[in-house]
Amino acid sequence: MAKVIVVTSGKGGVGKTTTSASFSTGLAMRGNKTVVIDFDVGLRNLDLIMGCERRVVYDIINVINGEVSLKQALIKDKSCDNLYILPASQTRDKDALNLEGVERILDELKLTFDFIVCDSPAGIESGAFTAMYFADEALVVTNPEVSSVRDSDRILGILAAKSKRAVDGLEPVKEHLLVTRYDPRRVNTGAMLSVTDIQEILRIPLLGVIPESESVLQASNSGTPAIHIEKSDVAEAYRDVVGRFMGEELPMRFINAEKVGFFKRLLGGH
Amino acid sequence: MIDGLINYLRGPEKKTAAVAKERLQIILAHERAGRGTATPDYLPALQEELMAVIAKYIHVDRDSFKVQLENHDRYDVLELNITLPDKINSKISA
Repeated sequence: MAKVIVVTSGKGGVGKTTTSASFSTGLAMRGNKTVVIDFDVGLRNLDLIMGCERRVVYDIINVINGEVSLKQALIKDKSCDNLYILPASQTRDKDALNLEGVERILDELKLTFDFIVCDSPAGIESGAFTAMYFADEALVVTNPEVSSVRDSDRILGILAAKSKRAVDGLEPVKEHLLVTRYDPRRVNTGAMLSVTDIQEILRIPLLGVIPESESVLQASNSGTPAIHIEKSDVAEAYRDVVGRFMGEELPMRFINAEKVGFFKRLLGGH
Repeated sequence: MIDGLINYLRGPEKKTAAVAKERLQIILAHERAGRGTATPDYLPALQEELMAVIAKYIHVDRDSFKVQLENHDRYDVLELNITLPDKINSKISA
């Protein structure tokens, strides 16, 4: 049975699209037929992060309006055989994305895909609502920072009260906490909320921690999902996240500051 | 020099992460209480009646009266927070 997963956060700029790109890529690399959908109508960016911006011809609104078939709008990922991207429309307004239309698309995608990853726009308006409405599971992307934690809590409230699962009285949406842009050194000095703090406040299970890293910018610059960047802690962290999502028990990494060796300190390391 | 001495006497400053956590816990408890699922139907009525009882004995402002229900895993906490007017003001109004 296909699973619909929303990547959401409320707050903008915390790493939803970065996560959607790497998470869906990770699922596909493990052999799962995966599609990632950009719900940010008017401000599409998933295509840039996935590096397929020049191959976008049709978008989700064209499919909803019946102008093209789903098959025509889906873009095959350049490096993963099992991965497809459904871009958002850049020109239409966000009201073009209606619940009935989205449900029709999801139902059709469920016939061929194992995982449907929905990249939510920021905010709690119609686009974000539509992205989360049909979700079976949710990755709540949170930065160790007050406004992000508060917004995540708000999103959790909406998932619990207004998602289709909540409205239909089904089993609630399964929530996962993903802490991104984490800097263990600043946590150690008491200048940043710790993973434990955030978990204690939001009270949902932790799926993973993505460290603050230069490789995220490097990845977006080149249009390659961060999970592909070699020798990068972010890539490893995302691979762990996908592993845990698939049910593997993996120890949390990147939550403790790296010990700086004597020589590095001598040579002016931190 | 004097600044240093004052800082020394004040003791270690509270780390900002701890401040952040505390602020979040307070504001989120408040916001969660305002959401449909967290607030039982009887809470507004309970608040009105409690206020009526207390107003019989003490003169308190509506704004200085807060009723909150906090959900924990195995128990809920009903918290009443009433700020009493300071003595001078109450004497004047009496």
